[in-house]
Amino acid sequence: MSIQLRDVHKAFGPKQVLRGVTLDVEEGETVSVVGFSGAGKSVMLKHINGLLLPDRGTAFVDGLEVPKLGRRELFQLRLNIGYVFQFAALFDSMSVAENILMGLRKKGGLAEAEMRQRVAESLALVDLTGYEERFPAELSGGQRKRAGLARAIAYRPKYLLYDEPTSGLDPVTTTVIDRLIQRMKEELGVTSLVITHDMESAYAISDRIAMLYQGRVVEVGTPDEIRNSDNEVVRSFVEGRPDLAHDAETPLEPAAQQGRTA
Amino acid sequence: MNATRTLERVGTAALRGFAGFGVFSRFAAQSGRSLREASTWGPLLAGQMRKLGVNSLPIALFLSAFTGIVLALQASYTFTGAIPLYFVGTLVGKTMILELGPVLIGLALAGRVGANIAAELGTMRVSEQIDALETMAYDPVAYLVVPRVLAGMLMFPVIVILGDVVGIFCGLLTSMAMLEMSAQTFIRGLRLFYVHFDIIYSTIKCISFGLVITLVGCYQGFNTKGGAEGVGVATTRAVVISGMLILVLDAFWAATLLRS
Repeated sequence: MSIQLRDVHKAFGPKQVLRGVTLDVEEGETVSVVGFSGAGKSVMLKHINGLLLPDRGTAFVDGLEVPKLGRRELFQLRLNIGYVFQFAALFDSMSVAENILMGLRKKGGLAEAEMRQRVAESLALVDLTGYEERFPAELSGGQRKRAGLARAIAYRPKYLLYDEPTSGLDPVTTTVIDRLIQRMKEELGVTSLVITHDMESAYAISDRIAMLYQGRVVEVGTPDEIRNSDNEVVRSFVEGRPDLAHDAETPLEPAAQQGRTA
Repeated sequence: MNATRTLERVGTAALRGFAGFGVFSRFAAQSGRSLREASTWGPLLAGQMRKLGVNSLPIALFLSAFTGIVLALQASYTFTGAIPLYFVGTLVGKTMILELGPVLIGLALAGRVGANIAAELGTMRVSEQIDALETMAYDPVAYLVVPRVLAGMLMFPVIVILGDVVGIFCGLLTSMAMLEMSAQTFIRGLRLFYVHFDIIYSTIKCISFGLVITLVGCYQGFNTKGGAEGVGVATTRAVVISGMLILVLDAFWAATLLRS
């Protein structure tokens, strides 16, 4: 089992975001996590590489218990996990090439010429050849996302975590990104966890899809199983019915509710 | 009932203040621990010294030049007929080195450097660039905070010493041109009460001001929440808090180092 989340709970102040998330991602698999906005998908993702620590429960990657890792072990693990941010999170004071070189320099083991070669290869994989010296401000939204993906894959991580890779993109660019995600799996053999609320993307790229609702995974299955699910929450989301959307955010804990009403 | 509520508010504010101080202290301690990551901050130090230090020289020297001019004129106005005019040199030198050089330049740099750091790191925080550093196994404190704080502590004394030189020189030129005083007379006054401890005292103050300006700027930037509004709030806080701390530290150093 390559990525395991076990009963992960997380609250920010009175807001209980995750209420016991349990999810497994097998080696070489692409799993999409779908859910309404505010359901805690991105928060869940950040527990996998230790950007957030759970209040209760735990996360394992490669058999290593992430919250219990020391600083050095955690940094070592992070070099095996590429992270594609929702808004790319490129360093805006650096060119695209310098952005990509950041991870390569940290990982080490390559000469400068080899690193430059790796930058070119990574940009070619996302169809951004020739964009090395551009700055993030000079790129379109889709190009920024692709540059963010190139940065994440440059140091050849074993795992890729995607945080809403297609949100805010036009349908054509969305398809391009979806194909890139599939390409990463086929050409680099990475294990991927994709956060999205775009069902078409999820069907296109996933081996399995998990539905997060009110801070818990309420269903996991293949795209066909999710498409034909009897679960009312899943059906409501898949069919785009707004009847459950207002309940989608994780409810406040009773104590916090009392605090609010007092 | 009103008294209870007032007490409750005072207690809540005090608790919030202590909690904030605790979080800031933890951030400062983390910055100290990240000094070990020399391979991360080392290559960035020279760039930050140029950005925070060298690029701040024009404003610092401009400020010092006019302070020197005004000090000379005010001293001559105050001393006329009562105190020998060579004391103009004494006053300009002592005041520039001990007080106005460090404090005025400190307050100006709290605006220029502190605001710049808070806005830059705040924008990086809200656009997830700091998270991105972490995902690539960088210690964001070693990468972003340590080089800025070290650059501030190293460059601030240099800027102030250069500012003092320019301020005193402008005071000298003003005395010669407008007060009909010779250079020898001014320099006689300048040397009259000069002791090397003045420079040591000024340098200690400058290092502490450099630390406060950069550390508060980094702390506010790192803890920015929300979007553009959050960056604005962090920037304002950085300038106001570091300005206040400069004045508090100024009084602290005077009370601890100048009492004979």
